[in-house]
Amino acid sequence: MKAPPFAYRRVDSVAAAAALLREHGDEARLIAGGQTLLATLGMRLSEPSLLIDIRGITEMQGIAVADGHLRIGALARHVDVERSALVARHLPLLSLAAPHIAHAAIRNRGTFGGSIAFADPAAEWPACTVAADGALTLSDGTRSRTVAATDFFLGLYQTALRPDELITAVQFPLPGPQRRFAFTELARRHGDYATVGVALAGDVTDGRLDNPRIVYFGIGGTPVRARAAEAALAGGRAEPAALDRAVAELGGELAPAGDLYAAAATKLHLAGVLLRRGIQSLMAEDVQS
Amino acid sequence: MTDRILVNITVNGMVYERWIEPRLHLGDFLREELGLKGTHLGCEHGVCGACTVVVDDEIVRSCLTLAVQADGAMVETIEGKSESGAIRDLQDAFLERNALQCGFCTAGLLLTADALLQAEPEADRARIREHISGNYCRCTGYHAVVDAIETVGERRRAGARGAQP
Repeated sequence: MKAPPFAYRRVDSVAAAAALLREHGDEARLIAGGQTLLATLGMRLSEPSLLIDIRGITEMQGIAVADGHLRIGALARHVDVERSALVARHLPLLSLAAPHIAHAAIRNRGTFGGSIAFADPAAEWPACTVAADGALTLSDGTRSRTVAATDFFLGLYQTALRPDELITAVQFPLPGPQRRFAFTELARRHGDYATVGVALAGDVTDGRLDNPRIVYFGIGGTPVRARAAEAALAGGRAEPAALDRAVAELGGELAPAGDLYAAAATKLHLAGVLLRRGIQSLMAEDVQS
Repeated sequence: MTDRILVNITVNGMVYERWIEPRLHLGDFLREELGLKGTHLGCEHGVCGACTVVVDDEIVRSCLTLAVQADGAMVETIEGKSESGAIRDLQDAFLERNALQCGFCTAGLLLTADALLQAEPEADRARIREHISGNYCRCTGYHAVVDAIETVGERRRAGARGAQP
C-alpha cells in the first residue's frame, strides 16, 4: 500500500490552487485531510502527478454565524464540526451525524468540504447538507458561484464542480425555532461507511410535522430525497398509519443497489426501519423541549 | 522520480530534518527514516488503526498522513509515550487484564485509549467501545481491552480527586 510517486505543492490561496488545477488538469488532485485520497493512492486507484495541499488557505477555514446563515469553511475538520458549540446550537443535525463519521483519528484530519467534494454515496455530510438546505460556495479564484446541495450531487462520485473549482464553504440557512432534526444509520462496525442511513428534518408544532426532509445515503449514487414519503407525512402527526404509508412509498422511490454486505431488498427494508426510528426521534424531541 | 522535499518534524521531543519523497507517509517516515519501529503498519489504508500516532496532541492514522504534511508538527509515538511514563498506567492495566496477546495492535490501542481518557476520563464502556471502534484487535475480542481502559479511567479519576486539597 505505497502511493505512487507524485510532486507536492502547498498553496495559500484559492486562486493559486485553481491556477495549478488549470495548468495540470487531470494530473493534479487537491489534498486537505487526505483521509480518502491517501487510501485510494495507496491502492493505486489513481496516479496523479501532483498533489496540491490546500490546508493553508485561510478563507476556507472556520465555522461562523453571519447574515442568517451558518457558514462552515470547507477546511473545517470533522472534529471541528463535532465539537462546535455554534453547530450544536444552530444546526444540531450535523452534531448528531459527526460521531458516525469514521473514527476519532480520522475525524481529526478529514475535512467537511473534502467529504462533500468526494461525494461518496454512503457518506454522512452530503446527505446532511441536502437535508439542511445547504448551499455550496464554489470558486475558481476569480469567480465564485453558489450551488444548492440538491443540485450539486449529480451521480456516483459526480458533482457540479468544474475542473478548476474548489468548494470554499458551505452555507446553511439558520433553522426556525420549530425545526427539528434526527440522524440515524446502520453500519457493520461503528464508524464504517453506512449500509443505509438517513438524515431528517422537519418543523414540529404541537405534534404536527410540516416541511419534512427525508434524505437517505448509502442507497443510491447520490443523497436521495424521499419526496413521496415526505408527502405522506407532511401536515400530519406521524401516526402509525401515516408512517406505514410513508414506508410503503419508499419502495417506489428508492432503488438501492445491493453491495458486499446487504442485498437491495435488505437495504430497502432497512430504509423503512430507519425511517420509523428517525421520525420517532424527530417527534419525540418535540415532547422533550 | 519526483523531487524530495525538506521537512522539519519533531518526534518525541527531537527535531529531525530530512529530505523526503512527497509520497512517504508518516508511518514509513517514523519506521524507515527514524528507525522507530513501535508504530506498526497493518492495513495501510486507514482501516485497522495499528499505525495510530499523536500529531500536535491529536491521534491520527500515520498511514493516512503524508510526512510532508507533518512538516513543522510535533509527533509523539509509542516510544516517546512509553519513555516519558505518560501511559504507564495504561500499559500496566493492559498487562494485568490480558488486553494483548500478539501485541501488533497494542501501540495504536494505547495511544487511542490515552486520547479518550485525557478528554473524557469518565468514559463508560459503551463510549470506550465506540472510541476504539477504529482499532482492530484480532486476539482479544476487545473485552479485556475495554476492561483495561475502564480500570485506568477509574484510577485516573480517583487520582485526580486524591490530588485535590
